[in-house]
Amino acid sequence: MTSTFVGMPAFPEAARTALGDSQLRANLAHATSTIRAKRARVVGEVDDWEQLRLAGAAVKDDVLLHLDEHLVRLEEALTANGAVVHWARDAEEACAVVAEVARSHGVDEVVKVKSMATAEIELNEHLEALGIAAWETDLAELIVQLGEDLPSHILVPAIHRNRAEIRQIFTDRMAAAGRPAPDDLTDEPARLAEAARLHLREKFLRAKVGVSGANFAVADSGTLVVVESEGNGRMCLTLPEVLVSVVGIEKVLPTWSDLEVFLQLLPRSSTGERMNPYTSTWAGVQPGDGPQEVHVVLLDNGRTRALADEVGRQALRCIRCSACLNVCPVYERTGGHSYGSVYPGPIGAILNPLLRGVGTDEQTDSLPYASSLCGACYEVCPVRIDIPSVLVDLRAQVVDAPRGGIPKPEAVALQAAAAAFSSAARMSLAEKVSGFAGRLLGWQLGRRGRTSLRRIPGPGAGWTDARDAPLPAAESFRSWWKRTGGRDA
Amino acid sequence: MRDGVSARDDILRDVRRAVGEARRPVDVPRDYRRERVVEAATVDLFAERVADYRAEVVRCSLDEVEARIAAALPPHAQVVVPDGLPWAVPGAVPDDRLTPAHLDGLDGVVTGATVGIAETGTIVLSHGPGEGRRAITLVPDLHVCVVRADQVVAGVPDAIRLLDPTRPTTWISGPSATSDIELDRVEGVHGPRTLLVILAG
Amino acid sequence: MVTCLNDALFPDAAKAVVRLLHRLGVDVEFPEGQTCCGQPMVNTGYVEEAVPVVRNFVDAFAGYDAVVTPSGSCAGCVRHQHAIVGRRSGDVALQERIAETSPRVYELSEFLVDVLGVEDVGASFPHTVTYHPTCHSLRLLGVGDRPTRLLSQVRGLRLRELPQASECCGFGGTFAVKNADTSVAMGSDKARHVRESGAEVLVAGDSSCLMHIGGLLGRQRSGVRVMHLAEVLAST
Ligand code: SF4
Repeated sequence: MTSTFVGMPAFPEAARTALGDSQLRANLAHATSTIRAKRARVVGEVDDWEQLRLAGAAVKDDVLLHLDEHLVRLEEALTANGAVVHWARDAEEACAVVAEVARSHGVDEVVKVKSMATAEIELNEHLEALGIAAWETDLAELIVQLGEDLPSHILVPAIHRNRAEIRQIFTDRMAAAGRPAPDDLTDEPARLAEAARLHLREKFLRAKVGVSGANFAVADSGTLVVVESEGNGRMCLTLPEVLVSVVGIEKVLPTWSDLEVFLQLLPRSSTGERMNPYTSTWAGVQPGDGPQEVHVVLLDNGRTRALADEVGRQALRCIRCSACLNVCPVYERTGGHSYGSVYPGPIGAILNPLLRGVGTDEQTDSLPYASSLCGACYEVCPVRIDIPSVLVDLRAQVVDAPRGGIPKPEAVALQAAAAAFSSAARMSLAEKVSGFAGRLLGWQLGRRGRTSLRRIPGPGAGWTDARDAPLPAAESFRSWWKRTGGRDA
Repeated sequence: MRDGVSARDDILRDVRRAVGEARRPVDVPRDYRRERVVEAATVDLFAERVADYRAEVVRCSLDEVEARIAAALPPHAQVVVPDGLPWAVPGAVPDDRLTPAHLDGLDGVVTGATVGIAETGTIVLSHGPGEGRRAITLVPDLHVCVVRADQVVAGVPDAIRLLDPTRPTTWISGPSATSDIELDRVEGVHGPRTLLVILAG
Repeated sequence: MVTCLNDALFPDAAKAVVRLLHRLGVDVEFPEGQTCCGQPMVNTGYVEEAVPVVRNFVDAFAGYDAVVTPSGSCAGCVRHQHAIVGRRSGDVALQERIAETSPRVYELSEFLVDVLGVEDVGASFPHTVTYHPTCHSLRLLGVGDRPTRLLSQVRGLRLRELPQASECCGFGGTFAVKNADTSVAMGSDKARHVRESGAEVLVAGDSSCLMHIGGLLGRQRSGVRVMHLAEVLAST
């Protein structure tokens, strides 16, 4: 499994660093508030949006609960359409297939459509080690690749960069990768897009092998679908002689007509448009039009593990729209890098632990806690993934994984709390103790009659570093009720 | 092959294990709007929504199409035309298996379309006669696309029903664009930077 | 159900509920066996530990027509998470008792508007107020505009709009401690919006969120007070 960025610290530490970067926070706040407003507007004009969400979730559930049957049908249809189907248990197997196709055509470069699956398996790094350059052609991916950076958003991997930073990256780095940026490049978005157009055009025109993912794979017709904006996808899917598509096994849709749901849900949720500029569909090899050698790699890489998780399997409905990232107050402040994966944000906080399993590394285990459980993600998710419930269930798995070992201080504290809460008598005793302690502490601070604390020593310091803490009340409600029976309220 | 077992067999086995007893039929509620009647307003909406993407929309009668095409092209432009295009185009270059580099040297392309979707302002090509293979509407910088009013449908489900899944299709909603810089839409990246739609009839 | 937090730290909010319900002619009891809904354990992943807490909950609240709580979060936990804890226990009898008690648990504004059918509770509170819809009341329970409908009937109360009201304040229970930096960053923005609203008093339906936002407002010496919705509705 290779979907963690190497050496990433656990979420709270990574987040702390990110929170200190005011440029990053400004970029993110600007970008996410722009996209939130756009999404809300175009979703608001669809009067059957909730029905579409219900249909989308149900289609995906049906797919997941009969995934083996759909995959076999997909394979048959693709093969009948002249495509070569490969299966890959993990990243290594998938990368090996792509490398073999490239090698068999003697090429030292491929052009790539933005694809989460190929980012997840770190295809570029793998190909590079074999001397094959994988050129990212999506503008944001290009920015990340040229900047030797990491992606921080599903839809817009360079969302953490503003226009000035992008101009700098193009000016400094384009020349080493091909056609240099124009000398008079400004940070106007249209000029930056123009620079990318010129830089990439020579690569498109000479490419022999294209690599893509797929947003959907229709089982009954063997049709793959790529949804995009810039036309780089069309370039990669159409101009090369050979096309390899790496497709997660959960991307299957049973029938062509199911697209009528998803081609409404996806664009409005992701870029906040009624429809994205370009969608391409293709069914294997089309004589005389486009690549005449077509490969499809069906990728597991942890998906069957996620599928086995009763609560978590709904995460496999995800259509990677990134709406949950854009509304997430945690993501907006910490950015995508804090999640240490190509899948950041709320979906990343559940998908990474589901794909990798919990209880093995601290970084993965920290992700289900990277949420205040505010539920904004569930509210916007076009396929109704109940992310908060999956987060809570994964927290239980994290806690359960080492049961029987040495309990963490947190476990001791929560077990003590649970013991107190399992009986009112014990709870009132605990309150007396803490009420007493609170008053004592207040008195020691020399401020009798104060109602809040500026600093709690020990583990509570995380609270009082920036917030005042309330003092326990002099008389709990429970004692008051006992004394008065609720009469002098 | 790993340990003598193919990845295919392994994955299918793991899927079956993972689903286990949870396997059950799932009812898909299809009470979203699936079929809608096309009215005169539908065609107006199509024109309006295509224009929203900053594509240019020209409306005319069916017999004005050729004149509108001619007016849309820059003087002396060299434009590729697919086989089966029912209209005469000045400066037409037939698509004779032109290479990508050759296409890159041309000024534009003129095609018909298969479906227009009003609600989303989308044109769908299915790359048969009159529309041509995918590359010709991709590489040149100007795409003049003729959509007949009787090809316009109301929504995405209406379009899906008319399309053949075994044909390649390209769904075009405005000119090439990106939102990758600060999530603001900018027109004009790799596909044709100018999309001109002639809505006829 | 007064909730463990109100019991120990914010008894005034709980007393206000009693005062308000008495005034509306409701017969109020405080089953003394009650402790906590179990949310702190469940949301931290200690579902096993939550089993006896939930057992205690159904023991304490069995047989009442309605259980009212001044917390969207605790009501949300009971209605959405107790069943999960029940499944984990493997105890069928407990699951059945949960199925009986859970639907009868109401957040205060739901109880007032839906069960009692009142929006004007006869309160008077001559202050400028802004309302923060807490996440669990807004999204988990869907209380909608019930709280603001109640507030708009309070004599003398001037309700100011809170910018970006529906965004989380960053409390999140265990999140406030485990991810303290992020929690504070979220809360600081919320506190800033509260100040921008120009209100003297911030009102919400969860003492936990108020403790968090209030703690930040206090640290910023903003002069804005925080009050539970129940306290405002109980004022005369
Ligand atoms: S979880 Fe839902 S909202 Fe988030 S990316 Fe996936 S489909 Fe979109």
